[in-house]
Amino acid sequence: MAKKVGMEVSVAIGEAVKLANADVVAAYPITPQTHIVEHLAELVADGELDAAYIPVESEHSAMSACLGSAAAGARTFTATAGQGLELMHEVLYVASSMRLPLVMTVANRALSSPLSVWGDHSDVMAVRDTGWIQIFTENGQEVVDNVFCAFRIAEDRKVLLPVMVHLDGFHLSHVIEPIVFPEQSAVDKFLPYNRYPLALHPDKPVTMGDFAPPIIYPEAKWAQEVNLRASKEVILETWQEFGQAFGRHYSAVESYKTEDAEVLLLTMGSFSETAMTVIDKLRGQGRQVGLVRFRLWRPFPFEEFRRAVKDAETLIVVDRALSFGGPGGPVCSEVRSALYGEAKKPKVVSFVAGLGGRDITPAGFEAIINKGIEISQKGSENEFEIFGVRD
Amino acid sequence: MAKSEGELTWRDLEIGAIVTEPGNAAQYKTGDWRSQRTTYDFAKCIKCALCQIFCPEGCVQQNEDGYFEADMFYCKGCGICARECPTRVITMVEEKE
Repeated sequence: MAKKVGMEVSVAIGEAVKLANADVVAAYPITPQTHIVEHLAELVADGELDAAYIPVESEHSAMSACLGSAAAGARTFTATAGQGLELMHEVLYVASSMRLPLVMTVANRALSSPLSVWGDHSDVMAVRDTGWIQIFTENGQEVVDNVFCAFRIAEDRKVLLPVMVHLDGFHLSHVIEPIVFPEQSAVDKFLPYNRYPLALHPDKPVTMGDFAPPIIYPEAKWAQEVNLRASKEVILETWQEFGQAFGRHYSAVESYKTEDAEVLLLTMGSFSETAMTVIDKLRGQGRQVGLVRFRLWRPFPFEEFRRAVKDAETLIVVDRALSFGGPGGPVCSEVRSALYGEAKKPKVVSFVAGLGGRDITPAGFEAIINKGIEISQKGSENEFEIFGVRD
Repeated sequence: MAKSEGELTWRDLEIGAIVTEPGNAAQYKTGDWRSQRTTYDFAKCIKCALCQIFCPEGCVQQNEDGYFEADMFYCKGCGICARECPTRVITMVEEKE
């Protein structure tokens, strides 16, 4: 039977990767992701996980080693955060463009400078266009579940793409939570080994990441785009089958108390659970408010998102990243873009909050909702509102 | 390759634009990078093959008469053969095509 244990979420991710039978882990430790790969190093050293653990000299090398490993057909895992994700940046494109089925957990962290090891979504948003499938999680159970789902999605013959599973640094990576681990046999059944179809082998030589002059490059990029968009179908199927097998259900856009909601709050990541308590409180006062969250960030779930928000009057988007000199929050920017052509759509208000690990408390979310409603009615001179910055 | 690069659609590409046919770079014409081409005065040629040895493209072959000559499909016009030739057989001239 599946067992429920209390465990630090980072350690739980290591256990999930063990249950997923990864063949290769190539990683460089960086706060707040360190405990994930530290635990995996222990599992390999202790003989509990039969995998090659490649300690590398940087994240650029970590991702490069992962490319080679996945290209050889091995089930490959890595983890990083913040500056580490940025150092990997150019190799991230290579992973997705070569269609290599890697899985990487990212303990989301702010970017320097000033130096901050604490969480926000600056690192994610800087890599949103790298062609990876990106999934957001809100608690330890969701990360563990989505590590299994991520491997299955990545290796699906119709997908063959790398997958990032995001969890908030510290707020989620370092907390101890009750987590249900499935039996090894149940994981094996859900996650059969799906060998990469064009794996490197001396008997059947291939060239990966080859040279493409202008006569063929656009065709290669369009094939990649069509494939990433089409992966949504497999992602949804995978979550559905996971739900049937394990009883926990995931969807591209998650809704909480959105029925008849006039005002919707939109969040991503672990702060969503704080936001839920605020929605509960306001609902208790008879206010028609609800919460929507992007679970699937790439490919962007256009239809599901439009369906989730179409009946609301106001949509308040809380970003935990800043697009400097641009429209404010990157998530809100995409939300506005997704809704622009719709005949029936809510007024969208953009907030940026919770940068560099700053908490957004229940009182904070309540203030954001109230201010958001006011802006929706009266308008604002600002492209977006920065919340909680001392003036 | 059944189709030339210019005929391939995005649907024709292997996953990740992976090349599954070894050695097909031989079908890639590098000759049109050329700004100079080789000309030969074979009367001076001693058939020493130094031009073939030094050619970085590996495109110098012996013709029917045993003289060494660059394949214009691949020759990038670098002029190394002309510089190395001990008897000054090769002269580089401006490519006008």
